[in-house]
Amino acid sequence: MATFSPPVSIDVPKTGQGGGSGRPPAFSGGGDGRGDGLPDYGARLRRVRLGLAIGLTSVTMIFVSLTSAYVVRRGLPTIDERTNTYVRDWIPVDLPVTLLLINTLLLMASSITVELARRQIARQAALASVGSIPGVSLGEGKSFPWLALTVLLGGGFLTGQWMAWRELADRGFYLATSASSSFVYLLTATHAVHLAGGMLVLLYAVAVSLLHKPVEERGIVVDVTAWYWHFMFLLWLYIFGLLWFMR
Amino acid sequence: MGLALLAIIWLITFVSTYFFVAQTWWLPHGVSASTPWIDHQFALTYVIMGVVFVAAQGALGLFVWQYRDRPGAGKVAYSHGNTKMEVTWTVLTAILFIGLNLMGSPIWASERFAPAAADSIPVEVTGMQFAWYFRYPGPDGKFGRTDAKLIDPSSGNEAAVGLDPSDPASKDDVVTGTMYIPVNREVDLRLRAIDVIHSFFIPQMRFKQDAVPGLDIHMHFTPTEIGDYEIACAELCGLGHYKMHGMVHVVSQEDFDKWVAAREAEK
Amino acid sequence: MATSATIHSHAGPQGFIRKYIFSLDHKVIGLQYYFLALVAVFVGMFLSVLMRIHMVWPTAVLPVIGTIAPETYLQLLTMHGTIMVFFVLTTAPQSGFGNYFLPIQIGAPDMAFPVLNMLSFWTTFVAFVTLLAAFFVAGGAPLHGWTGYAPLSALTNSGPGEQMGADLWITSIALFCIASLMGALNFITTTLDLRAKGMTMMRLPLTVWSWFITAILGLLAFGVLLSAGILLLLDRNLGTSFYVPLVVVNGQVMAHKGGSPLLWQHLFWFFGHPEVYIAILPGMGVASQLLSTFSRKPIFGYKAMVYALMAIGLLGFMVWGHHMFMSGMSPYTAFSFSLMTMAIGVPSAIKTFNWLGTIYGGHVRFQTPMLFAIGFVSLFVSGGLSGPFLAQPVLDIQLHDTAFVVAHFHLIMGVAAIFGMFAGTYYWFPKMFGRMMNETWGHIHFVITLVGAYCIFMPMHYLGMAAQPRRYSQFTELAYLQHLLPLNRFITYAAIITVLGQFIFLFNLIHSMFWGEKASDNPWEATTLEWTTTTPPPHDNFGGHTPVVNHGPYEYNVPGAPRDYIMQTDPATVASH
Repeated sequence: MATFSPPVSIDVPKTGQGGGSGRPPAFSGGGDGRGDGLPDYGARLRRVRLGLAIGLTSVTMIFVSLTSAYVVRRGLPTIDERTNTYVRDWIPVDLPVTLLLINTLLLMASSITVELARRQIARQAALASVGSIPGVSLGEGKSFPWLALTVLLGGGFLTGQWMAWRELADRGFYLATSASSSFVYLLTATHAVHLAGGMLVLLYAVAVSLLHKPVEERGIVVDVTAWYWHFMFLLWLYIFGLLWFMR
Repeated sequence: MGLALLAIIWLITFVSTYFFVAQTWWLPHGVSASTPWIDHQFALTYVIMGVVFVAAQGALGLFVWQYRDRPGAGKVAYSHGNTKMEVTWTVLTAILFIGLNLMGSPIWASERFAPAAADSIPVEVTGMQFAWYFRYPGPDGKFGRTDAKLIDPSSGNEAAVGLDPSDPASKDDVVTGTMYIPVNREVDLRLRAIDVIHSFFIPQMRFKQDAVPGLDIHMHFTPTEIGDYEIACAELCGLGHYKMHGMVHVVSQEDFDKWVAAREAEK
Repeated sequence: MATSATIHSHAGPQGFIRKYIFSLDHKVIGLQYYFLALVAVFVGMFLSVLMRIHMVWPTAVLPVIGTIAPETYLQLLTMHGTIMVFFVLTTAPQSGFGNYFLPIQIGAPDMAFPVLNMLSFWTTFVAFVTLLAAFFVAGGAPLHGWTGYAPLSALTNSGPGEQMGADLWITSIALFCIASLMGALNFITTTLDLRAKGMTMMRLPLTVWSWFITAILGLLAFGVLLSAGILLLLDRNLGTSFYVPLVVVNGQVMAHKGGSPLLWQHLFWFFGHPEVYIAILPGMGVASQLLSTFSRKPIFGYKAMVYALMAIGLLGFMVWGHHMFMSGMSPYTAFSFSLMTMAIGVPSAIKTFNWLGTIYGGHVRFQTPMLFAIGFVSLFVSGGLSGPFLAQPVLDIQLHDTAFVVAHFHLIMGVAAIFGMFAGTYYWFPKMFGRMMNETWGHIHFVITLVGAYCIFMPMHYLGMAAQPRRYSQFTELAYLQHLLPLNRFITYAAIITVLGQFIFLFNLIHSMFWGEKASDNPWEATTLEWTTTTPPPHDNFGGHTPVVNHGPYEYNVPGAPRDYIMQTDPATVASH
């Protein structure tokens, strides 16, 4: 039998990568039919998180393929014209390790701040319906701008990466200097591009909170971006590790 | 429509099969030691796939006609399948396909896993846009050095492969645009390419191997009949791909020695 | 904080732009993809006719175009392949029909992320325009084939079209990758999270399974192509040497060293092989759907069909090296790829047996969708059986890069998959446009295309065995190819006639959209959810209510049922699965 459910939907503004829900469906899904058709914050959050997880699989594949190219190239012998034999021509790159370690700490700090932002807004979203009851106060006053702090730290990381590239160039390692240097720039730049994308979404989340959009929508945006951000941090640890231990 | 479908499918099957069986257009006459093995494996695959082709298309044509919806047609036997049949034909197909593959594997191994015999004739083949060059090491048995900076295709032969005259081993190297090899002796090819990927294909030798810049690929075959055989390039290499061809002359050992001596004398 | 629910009407957005251009409705987006693919396929066919004419009459002077030079032939070839593989075969079956019917067939009102969906389409559109732009820049389109092997594709002086044309080609493909990844994300999330009550995974129509698994393939494969393309752009423009070793072009030593041409091939084919399964799986889903519906019988072995789809998907990632047997790759690796390739023939065979088993004992109806489904099976068998030849490296020695390969992939992709698209069109046209396509013209289109396609591609097997290489712009230079010219001419004539025959389809399509006979809600008496709703479906697909599913998708001729089909939403009173 068909069941009738009231046609209610929420207008969620579009987000960046990882999941933009324009007009989410009027009921929660799943083959066993959870829910009675009313928009469910939990279900929508789960759906967008699912989308993020799936999307991150494809990002992972990009870095898997780049890693595979890296590892193979590192071990690949090429014909040396002069001797007509195969030789290995991999030149370890002189990485500006101190700078990169500082950047890592900045990114780690930003992961902490974005997590705090996520938890803060999760609490706010959970209490949203209660807080609207007259006479009930949430009692926390202004909330701490963890999100804005994350944007700052993220910007610091990207600036630090830029400085690291300048330092590499000063040390004589440009993009096309050697296979190894090509990979250093390629891997770090691809990561930086993805992180910058996350930054744009964070800026959007900040803007949206200043415009006083409904807290549940903002909660979903911040939640999913925070998970994306953690992934970007772990990805950076991986890339740094690869470039250092397999230099 | 059922009958029309049957007719079309069976007709297509019949005509295709006819030309396959009649070998109206067929593999070129093979003249290498590996030909009997390769052609046998080909024929085996051919017959098996041919039988499957006729059976499957035949069944398709038959069923769509036999089970057409018409007044007085029997009841449809409602069924979601038959697990026993599924398992049976899955296992049979797996045995067939994998069996075929394993049967061909020893031939592949002998062609490609083992290096050339110790008394094989070394010939270096260099592909470039849009010609093949062949280099023989001469009496000293050593290939001289080549240098990318010395490559000048417009001058042909030695200059095209960038032979370095300062290397003593280069002095007796012979470079030509046509390939000569003696019959019934294994040839140890050393394949190179200087610009883009080319592929050295001698249809009648059942021989093909890509020539890749940056790689030095060794491959061998043994010609078994005297004659002239065309070489085609079999990897897209630019606008002249269709005209990058060459010729292999398989001659007696005597004639080969005379030819090499004549080229040496010219130098 | 106030709650944030707003009631919004079922009429959807008003205004031409929001309704038809930047629509968030999966049905509109599906049609946008479909019509993009329709334009692309006619461009692609036109290019192939020019190619075929040049191959057999190299010096012919054509109206407007003049003579076709050898390099132009290669440019046509490259663009033909790229357009067809990406903008037709990856677009219409998956993004076109999948977008339109996945949500409906699972009982959802839209995709999980409608805005992302819209962005996916418009990115694909920009990718298409970028690709076509390659024809018009200095040097023209690239000539390195849709497979773009380096160093040919990595050097800007390796041939005409390898300057800006090649950069546009790579950019177009990169955009297409991004669009596909966004689409894959949407399809997978939707299938997992938006199914209606009672629609368990094992009650999904096989079309949905095929779209779902295809999306997973795309999710894992397109990122690798994106990486490959980025590396190629860097080699071409910023002096890196990922793919290019020390090379000398036109007597000039290039500023590259140490790169590996095989790296491109590995990355490309790691994507490229799953890609061809992406091209065919939706067609298999449609074939299964239609064979069952028009035989009035459940699909034979539903579970096996699902497992076969999964096996094809999984194995599809393990066989890429079979494109590289002659590449200089290790022969040991070739052996293992070969084994996996033969293995992937097994689930394909299972599907074929099951299709035959579905027809067996049924009551076959010969409406146009069914004709194309039957044609699909025939073509899939023909194209598939040349696979075991190519899968054996020892035979691939002779057949690699010959017309035999061209026959193989065209019969499967260039015809069977296209038949899947035709079948889907004729089948779903009534639901999408509220009218029927003309049956007579459909039958004529079917006969011309089936016979024509066989006339074009079956002979290519013979040509390949006779060692005719592929990607040759003409056959004037090799003596052993001369006796093959009459057969080549036959193919060219067949190609011209078959392509002309496609205009019958085009006219039928357009004419029927406006003047076709009006369609009922369920003209084929089919069981899946799209046929339970109105024709065309309302904005939220089901008119304000959620379907509840009680039956599997192929309940035809169930003993004891009042009529010969049970719809998935029918009451659960009659015994079924």
